[in-house]
Amino acid sequence: MVACGGSTPTTATSASSFPMSLTTAKGTVTIPHRPARIVSLSATATEDLYAVGAGTQVVAVDTYSTYPAQAPRTSLSGFKPNIEAIAKYQPDLVLAADDTDNLFEQLSKLQIPVLVEAPAADLNGVYGEINQIAQATGHSAQAASVVSGIKEQVNAIVRSVRPPAKPLKVYHELDQTYYSATSGTFIGQMYKLLGLQNIADAAPGGNDYPQLSAEYITSSDPDLIVLADTVCCGQSAATVATRPGWSAIRAVKTGAIVPVEDSIASQWGPRIVLLLQAVARAEKSVEGSTA
Amino acid sequence: MARPAQEPSSGIIKTCPLCEEQFECAQGRPGCWCETVVLERQTLAEIRAVAYGCVCPNCLSSFALRESVRRSGDGDGVDGSQAPAKAPPDIAVRSRGVSAVWAPVALGFLAGALLLGLGTGAASIGPASIIASLLAHIQVFHVSPPLSSVDDAILWQIRAPRVVLAALVGGMLAVAGSAYQGVFRNPLADPYLLGVAAGAGLGATLAIAYTAAGTDIGMLLPLAAFAGALIAVIAAYVLGRSAGGVRGTSTLILAGVIVALFMTAIQTFVQQQRSDTLRAVYSWILGGFGTADWHSVVVVVPYIAVSSVIILLHRRVLDVLSLGDEEAASLGIDVRRARLVIVLVATAGTAAAVAVSGLIGFVGIIIPHTIRLLVSPSYRAIVPLSLLAGAGFLILADALARTILSPAELPIGVVTAFFGAPFFAILLRTSRRTVM
Repeated sequence: MVACGGSTPTTATSASSFPMSLTTAKGTVTIPHRPARIVSLSATATEDLYAVGAGTQVVAVDTYSTYPAQAPRTSLSGFKPNIEAIAKYQPDLVLAADDTDNLFEQLSKLQIPVLVEAPAADLNGVYGEINQIAQATGHSAQAASVVSGIKEQVNAIVRSVRPPAKPLKVYHELDQTYYSATSGTFIGQMYKLLGLQNIADAAPGGNDYPQLSAEYITSSDPDLIVLADTVCCGQSAATVATRPGWSAIRAVKTGAIVPVEDSIASQWGPRIVLLLQAVARAEKSVEGSTA
Repeated sequence: MARPAQEPSSGIIKTCPLCEEQFECAQGRPGCWCETVVLERQTLAEIRAVAYGCVCPNCLSSFALRESVRRSGDGDGVDGSQAPAKAPPDIAVRSRGVSAVWAPVALGFLAGALLLGLGTGAASIGPASIIASLLAHIQVFHVSPPLSSVDDAILWQIRAPRVVLAALVGGMLAVAGSAYQGVFRNPLADPYLLGVAAGAGLGATLAIAYTAAGTDIGMLLPLAAFAGALIAVIAAYVLGRSAGGVRGTSTLILAGVIVALFMTAIQTFVQQQRSDTLRAVYSWILGGFGTADWHSVVVVVPYIAVSSVIILLHRRVLDVLSLGDEEAASLGIDVRRARLVIVLVATAGTAAAVAVSGLIGFVGIIIPHTIRLLVSPSYRAIVPLSLLAGAGFLILADALARTILSPAELPIGVVTAFFGAPFFAILLRTSRRTVM
């Protein structure tokens, strides 16, 4: 899986070719005119909307769309979507992360088109989603520059990290009960890009988000610890250092603990660059100190 | 025994009319086992009323046990601290024999489980270095520490507290389960009967859902779970009593069910409102010792120690209660007070255990039954042996949970049921004793 040169088949032509037919996992979705009242039930989709410049067309986003700050947050839920509450905003396009409770079918009855944008499996998926959301909202031109901007930044970050002879070990923490993510996940692929070795990969197959034992984490002695539980669970370099037995871990001793905001590590949109930057910076400082 | 011989013969295999167990009967001739059992006239009449023919040793000794309990009932108050009353000599011998065989077995099981629990894990540390490291830590023979600093931290900061906590929780749940089964005279009773689990679950969910973003939940979670568990049981008890708890235990059980359902509904509502906390709540409910440390051990030790000791002191009272409310009352026991004390104490201990380990099922119901089937129906055996067996069982279950999918963890509830259920099914099939 390489991060560059993955051009998406959807071609961005003119910005206003409505009605538009988009091919999605749920079949063909037809958007009759340029949407002016968008409801987003997915935090990642909300980020994408604002990144491609469709922010002014958004009327409501769900409770978990915390970024960007100006997005009109409501009590709508993407987890238990309430069809009537969504319909009240009279949307002409609804974005969701998955088809919970037959959302697609229910809203189709009301002639409301739904774009289901499942969490991306890799960077190309991120680019594809940005492109599709841009097309659906009439911003194809901006999408190209957004995507190429992300690609350039990712490539620059990856180039800046010299792959060492012995790859550094990383532990990605989802919560303080030691749930982690393997290389089979999107986040795991980011570590792969940076040439890191993920300690969660030793877990038996079939589970991309295994719960590791504290014993295993301390004995594998990771060089880097990335905390994706700073917001939900209040974890930090300080709390990690106080865990029994963890003070012996190299990452704790050298201070190579990267706290990231939970949403950056779990919403795979344009802000993934921030995560890569933070991890790469820590990686370079560790290598610099051992070199 | 009760009935005279009808035809002279020796060593006939008979089937007991009460429990259908086969036994050898010497037909009342000298040398028959039943000659040594001395029973009161009243008891003999009782046996004649329910059984036709000879009764097997097990059933007969349980009648003798009831007799001795009844005799000691006046002298043996609720505090249970008095010496056992004079039981018929053979019964005394029998119960001593039981503990003489089974106590070392249970202790050995616990010791073996402890060693196994300390010796297994993702990091391989051999038994020799464990013992050497222990000696180095307590500085007996000036042994130099044999382990690297990382291995030493793993063994004493991560693995040891985990094993100790599993032992404490397992012992507590099993003892509380036996107490509940005795108090409610119900084979399906377990420590979660009166809503401990639902209350703790609600407390934990509220704590997880409403701690401000960016704060470490730390000790707030066990505290909230503990409080929730106690509130649930107190609510169930008050409701059960006000609805006529005097009529027996079923009202109380029903009140517990209602309180549990109510609290589960609130918990579901909170989870649905704060779906971002789903995984954290789910992970707590599954239970386990993944984040055990000495601090949590120190926090729960007092509750569990006090609770188990008080239940141990009440083991004879549990025997009396198992005869029935009226019978126990006629023997001078304040049934309601005894029940309240035992339920409260068992609940406090269970709540402390649940607060640090989440909801671990199966141990509290199965361990007491295992002892009942293997050893004796008397709570004098069930309570202390449950403590040891429950502790050992949960250490083993946790060791498996840590190692089967190593380096990933398996929820401990999966292990306790997956390995415990088949074992118990076999026991249930092969044992001829009754469940309650």
